[in-house]
Amino acid sequence: MATDSVDPELATRLQELGREPGGSVKVEEIAEVVEAILTTMQGDLSAVDVRLYEELESLSRFISEAKSDIAALRPDEVKDEFLPKAADELDAIVEATAEATNSIMDAVGEIEEVMSKLKGKNSERLMDATTKIYEACGFQDITGQRITKVVGALQHIEEKVDALLNAFGDEIAKYKAANPKTEEAPVEEVIPADEDLLHGPQKKEAAMSQADIDALLNSFD
Amino acid sequence: MAVDLNMNVLIVDDYQTMLRILRNLLRQLNFKNIDEASDGSEALKKLRAKAFGLIISDWNMEPMTGIQLLREVRADEKLKHIPFVMITAESKSENVIAAKEAGVSNYIVKPFNAETLKGKLISVLGEF
Repeated sequence: MATDSVDPELATRLQELGREPGGSVKVEEIAEVVEAILTTMQGDLSAVDVRLYEELESLSRFISEAKSDIAALRPDEVKDEFLPKAADELDAIVEATAEATNSIMDAVGEIEEVMSKLKGKNSERLMDATTKIYEACGFQDITGQRITKVVGALQHIEEKVDALLNAFGDEIAKYKAANPKTEEAPVEEVIPADEDLLHGPQKKEAAMSQADIDALLNSFD
Repeated sequence: MAVDLNMNVLIVDDYQTMLRILRNLLRQLNFKNIDEASDGSEALKKLRAKAFGLIISDWNMEPMTGIQLLREVRADEKLKHIPFVMITAESKSENVIAAKEAGVSNYIVKPFNAETLKGKLISVLGEF
């Protein structure tokens, strides 16, 4: 379509959109432009024009359906409710495990005090046991680091959802007004099987073992 | 030469729990003088204020990470001789290579046990 045959108002709007900072245009603005193009196509239409008309009409329908589908997912709730809640829950896990680990180590400290008054095998056995407890307490450090990474990933998702909400403009608010929230049935709690809880903190397929690291370090010698 | 178990050992980690675990494990290995820092910059201040015989540091810390601390230590004439053991969950080969190139003495991947810690310290310091 030659530029000089385009409606001047539409041409101005297209130029404005081309100058939008950040390279993103609101979905409703795209729909508005497609509608405008459809409206300006009048008079004798060639076969190419008809084909273009059909494509644009199909694009218009697609945008409209996509808007409804995405609005129905309620990205505003994801951003304002679910993501902050998930981050808070994860922070609470780190806090609770740190507290529990410190309580365990306080108790071990008391055992060590008693141990220092013992002699022989009993003292050695207690020493071995307390060492194992200290080693096991390392889980808190690793889970803490991993959870911090997950919280970072959630923040990234939050930014993306925020960008999506901006692109949709008032579409979400319109959907909310048209579809007031109904009382949801309580979700039945799923209790994980024991075997699902047995996964260790280190994903073996993604991490190097101590033996791998030793071999790598030795390769420098 | 026997290892001086009275030497000052600096442990560096931003997780209080890990500092406590390391302190207790080192105490069980008979190290008497253990000092702590919660990141690389605090560690550097302590290293410049007192003589240390060993540094055991985490990698992931803010504002100064373990690898930055290692580079600072190796670039400092007065500190560069101190054995430096990195203890970290960062077990990717590029991290290990970066640490080796920066002059790490040994590298322990989390989770670790007392036996691994002792073995690595022996390889760095000698039998004790």
